[in-house]
Amino acid sequence: MRKGYAIPIWAAPVAAMVLVLLIDTILFPSFFELRLIDGRLTGSLVDVLIRGTPVALLALGMAGVIATRGIDLSVGAVMAIAGAVAADALAEGAPWTTAVLYALTAGLACGLWSGMLVAFLKLQPIVATLVLMVAGRGIAQLVTGGQITTFDDASFSALAGGTIFAIPAPILIVAAIVLLLTVLVRSTALGLMVEAIGVNPRAAELVGINTRSIVLAVYALSGVTAALAGIIATADIHGADANNAGLWLELDAILVVVLGGGSLLGGRLSYGLTLIGAITLQAIKTGILLAGFPPQMGLILMAVMVSILLVIQAPALQQWLQRRTLRNAAS
Amino acid sequence: MTGQNRTLLVTVAVLVALFAFCASQFPFVVSTRVIGNLLTDNAFLGMLAIGMTVVIISGGIDLSVGSVLAFSAVLLSMLISKRGLDPSVAFVIVLGIGTTFGALQGTAVHVLRAPAFIVTLAGMFLARGACFLLTEDSIPISSATYRKLSDAGLPLGGGAHLTFSALILLASVAFTALLLRRTRFGANVYALGGDRRAAELMGIPVGATTACIYAYSGFMAAAGGILYSLYTQSGYPLAGVGLELDAIAATIIGGTLLAGGYGSVWGTALGILILGLIQLYITLQGTLSSWVAKIVTGALLLFFMGTQKLFSQSSFGTGLFARLSVGAGRHRTFSTEPSQ
Repeated sequence: MRKGYAIPIWAAPVAAMVLVLLIDTILFPSFFELRLIDGRLTGSLVDVLIRGTPVALLALGMAGVIATRGIDLSVGAVMAIAGAVAADALAEGAPWTTAVLYALTAGLACGLWSGMLVAFLKLQPIVATLVLMVAGRGIAQLVTGGQITTFDDASFSALAGGTIFAIPAPILIVAAIVLLLTVLVRSTALGLMVEAIGVNPRAAELVGINTRSIVLAVYALSGVTAALAGIIATADIHGADANNAGLWLELDAILVVVLGGGSLLGGRLSYGLTLIGAITLQAIKTGILLAGFPPQMGLILMAVMVSILLVIQAPALQQWLQRRTLRNAAS
Repeated sequence: MTGQNRTLLVTVAVLVALFAFCASQFPFVVSTRVIGNLLTDNAFLGMLAIGMTVVIISGGIDLSVGSVLAFSAVLLSMLISKRGLDPSVAFVIVLGIGTTFGALQGTAVHVLRAPAFIVTLAGMFLARGACFLLTEDSIPISSATYRKLSDAGLPLGGGAHLTFSALILLASVAFTALLLRRTRFGANVYALGGDRRAAELMGIPVGATTACIYAYSGFMAAAGGILYSLYTQSGYPLAGVGLELDAIAATIIGGTLLAGGYGSVWGTALGILILGLIQLYITLQGTLSSWVAKIVTGALLLFFMGTQKLFSQSSFGTGLFARLSVGAGRHRTFSTEPSQ
């Protein structure tokens, strides 16, 4: 028996992703086939990455929030607001850069609002963000006037449908964001501070971390990434549907963060693993469709998956494993 | 206790103000008929909110209630219309399944030490998925018992009836209030929500109580499903999507703290009436769309959280007075240094 060897934190999420991709390949042998059609990469794997973009972006923002022991229920509604704002600007003839800027500003404002409620009014994250979750969709409908706003702008639509060097734009956007965030939190002490707040908020404050600013920042970031997801979803369907854009995606996003090894009790932050969680979830959804199951099966499968995750993460099981390792080491 | 009365007073004040506003615009609102309908139309949501209140007081949350409601209604329509079962037998089966489902969730919350949010999220996916496995269509229910039950009611005067659904809702509120305030189980629920660790050390059977709490919520959700199937005379797998949020909103507007340990089911009943009145006003007004209800509900949530913050011990309000008096007392007792 080797002593003092711990399973690395990234092992479980990566193993889960590999397992799901393997099952997909068995169900659908040409899963990994990539082809260049009209200067654009296509294939099931590319499809998984593109379809998973909105949830991946929501989850990247959510990861920071969850790492501080918070939760952001409003991301789906913020997605709808950002989409509505962008579509409204485009419908009135604004250039696509202005539309993107407006949408991101709206997302930032939403994030700052929730962050303010949590960081300064000390409301529980789940209720503080519930306010915007309930009211947000109403605000989005206020912006669109209760209709589905459509627009015709090739540059804006390219955010979802365009390619750079044959790689679809949404994939590049997500990759860039992951890279940017990882560098931001790991080349500075920010990541450590975020995790410290999640492990013990009181202790974090006592060692001199400005917890208020950091909590405000993670919610603001969650608002911005949700807005980005809203922009891509809007560009994808060439219109803003205030009722259905991002509906229930907040739950998917939370699931993705947990799939990526995050703990709802805070203290763990990894944007790379969150991305892996997003790929896993989308690969499962695509796999169900490819296998010819009705899409409703996805709900049951997601329930089973959450249950398995819960059992694995359960403190009781962890303690039992730890005891067993210690006993083995002793003998 | 005073804090509780005060938050409840705010809820009553909002309800009275809303009702007065509705009445000033539409005088016919002040009738037993409208009030009776308000209860009937919101009976199924009320059942969910009652169960949710017990769960939230214990410091948990139950996201599965909307899906359990839909599953119960779908299963009822399958059992009655497709299998030809007697409705009373079907009711017992549905209530049994709802209760068992809740008890399983409660056990998982306790045994796995997992956040209730995630456990019941899984329950929500599972129940909704099970609905779709049963059927993808809306199944009508045609049965003599159903017609009798939806016609039955106590006359209220003024041509209005307190329908079967409304009676069940009122009885459930009264029963749950007794359960929370007059039984050992109720005391345990408050103790769990106040401080789980302390409750455990006091010898409260935490595991059994948690299982019972979620079982109660599951039972109420299944009962809500029965009322919903009476209301729509059918079962539809997409019914009640997002209803859990309305139930949580009604609970918070009713003055229950989401942190647990504090709240009452009477407040929740008032919260349901407030949500119902907003909906009623929008329907009567005619030109407003449904998004107004969402924004108003969101604003109300914020308002009530602010009020609770104001009245709770840890903030200013009573908290400030407590701190001031403690400070003054300390000054008097401990100023032992010789005065300059």
